[in-house]
Amino acid sequence: MASNEEILVGLAEIVNEETGLAPEAVELDKSFTEDLDIDSISMMTIVVNAEEKFGVRIPDEEVKNLKTVGDAVDFISNAQA
Amino acid sequence: MSTPVLKQTPLNEHTRILGIGAYRPDVLVTNEDVCQWIDSSDEWIRQRTGIVTRHRAPADVSVIDMAEGAAREAMEKAGIEASQLGAVIVSTVTHPYATPSAAASLADRLGATPAPAFDISAACAGYCYGIAQGDALVRSGAANYVLVVGAEKLSDVIDNRERTISFLLGDGAGAVVIGPSDTPGIAPSVWGSDGSKWDAIGMTRSMLDVRDLGLAARRSDSTGDLALLEEAQELYPTLRQDGQTVFRWAVWEMAKVAQQALEAAGIQAEDLVAFIPHQANMRIIDEMVKKLKLPETVTVARDIADAGNTSAASIPLATHRLLQENPALSGGLALQIGFGAGLVFGAQVIVLP
Repeated sequence: MASNEEILVGLAEIVNEETGLAPEAVELDKSFTEDLDIDSISMMTIVVNAEEKFGVRIPDEEVKNLKTVGDAVDFISNAQA
Repeated sequence: MSTPVLKQTPLNEHTRILGIGAYRPDVLVTNEDVCQWIDSSDEWIRQRTGIVTRHRAPADVSVIDMAEGAAREAMEKAGIEASQLGAVIVSTVTHPYATPSAAASLADRLGATPAPAFDISAACAGYCYGIAQGDALVRSGAANYVLVVGAEKLSDVIDNRERTISFLLGDGAGAVVIGPSDTPGIAPSVWGSDGSKWDAIGMTRSMLDVRDLGLAARRSDSTGDLALLEEAQELYPTLRQDGQTVFRWAVWEMAKVAQQALEAAGIQAEDLVAFIPHQANMRIIDEMVKKLKLPETVTVARDIADAGNTSAASIPLATHRLLQENPALSGGLALQIGFGAGLVFGAQVIVLP
């Protein structure tokens, strides 16, 4: 079980690997599409890698609700609980 | 009275691909062309798909025409006459007749009659399904030489104005001849299906819907049901996909299948000279390469940039091009994997012809 802090760090690594964005740019209040400029295909890649890293399942219909980095951290944290 | 002992065909221990052929139709469709039909840009399409152009066939070139072009080259390269073919298999989802098959007509055109001939409906996995079948037929002794063709005229089943799949697709055909070999040339196939995702890629309507809607629309001429008439304008079934579901499945599940195919062949990624995945989307290809941790010594087929996604034809077309550009790869090991509507998948390691 990872803390929200650890989830954020792990997510930032995944985003960095997919997009090249600096990990410190990946902050809780940042929107994936608006602020981080992540397109739908990159988002699916990030989701797939996050599932693997955190051992959770993020259903397709849930992905559109993950608007900010914080949404994703909360979802993963709850899914792990 | 004693029961007589039946004869059975003698087995062939090993098989390999003896020759490969390709047919690329000559109508080039650029991203600029696509942007006349959907609100997009060259940059957007390149970024999300890696596609720059697609080849499409003119109205008077059929699936069977393209299959014939590819088949003739494959037979010539393999040094096999039509009369030697023990089976003709065409993988396609765009031959416009439910029956008779494209394969029967192709066999006749090639002069392979009376070779058994049949089509396989396995969409983008069709070529790998065909290789699995051809390999099994030759090794079992049911046929000595088998022609396997992937041929698609996807431009006949798209709606250029829709955004989920049409702009990805192109036409073409690729073919190989499989025959007996002194050494193993086709490793065990890892193939399968997941019909729980039947709706993820497919046609907008069944043929029964077309029949019923057509009949109803004809009647509505007299009743003046405008809504029905409007629906009937869109009578013709075309392809659609749920891109997110397919992308996730392709990247996540197919990397596992590709890994299983390596294990089934008893080799490691480092032993490959080439990786030839179905040319669905450059981003899927890139992700699979990462997930499989392929070393840089492995040449990755990226025919999609010029050819688009040609479903059952994409792997043989990409293989043909790879061998044309890098003849030294011939004789090396390639991992090929197809996946698509069904959902269905197939993968195997082969020795490149």
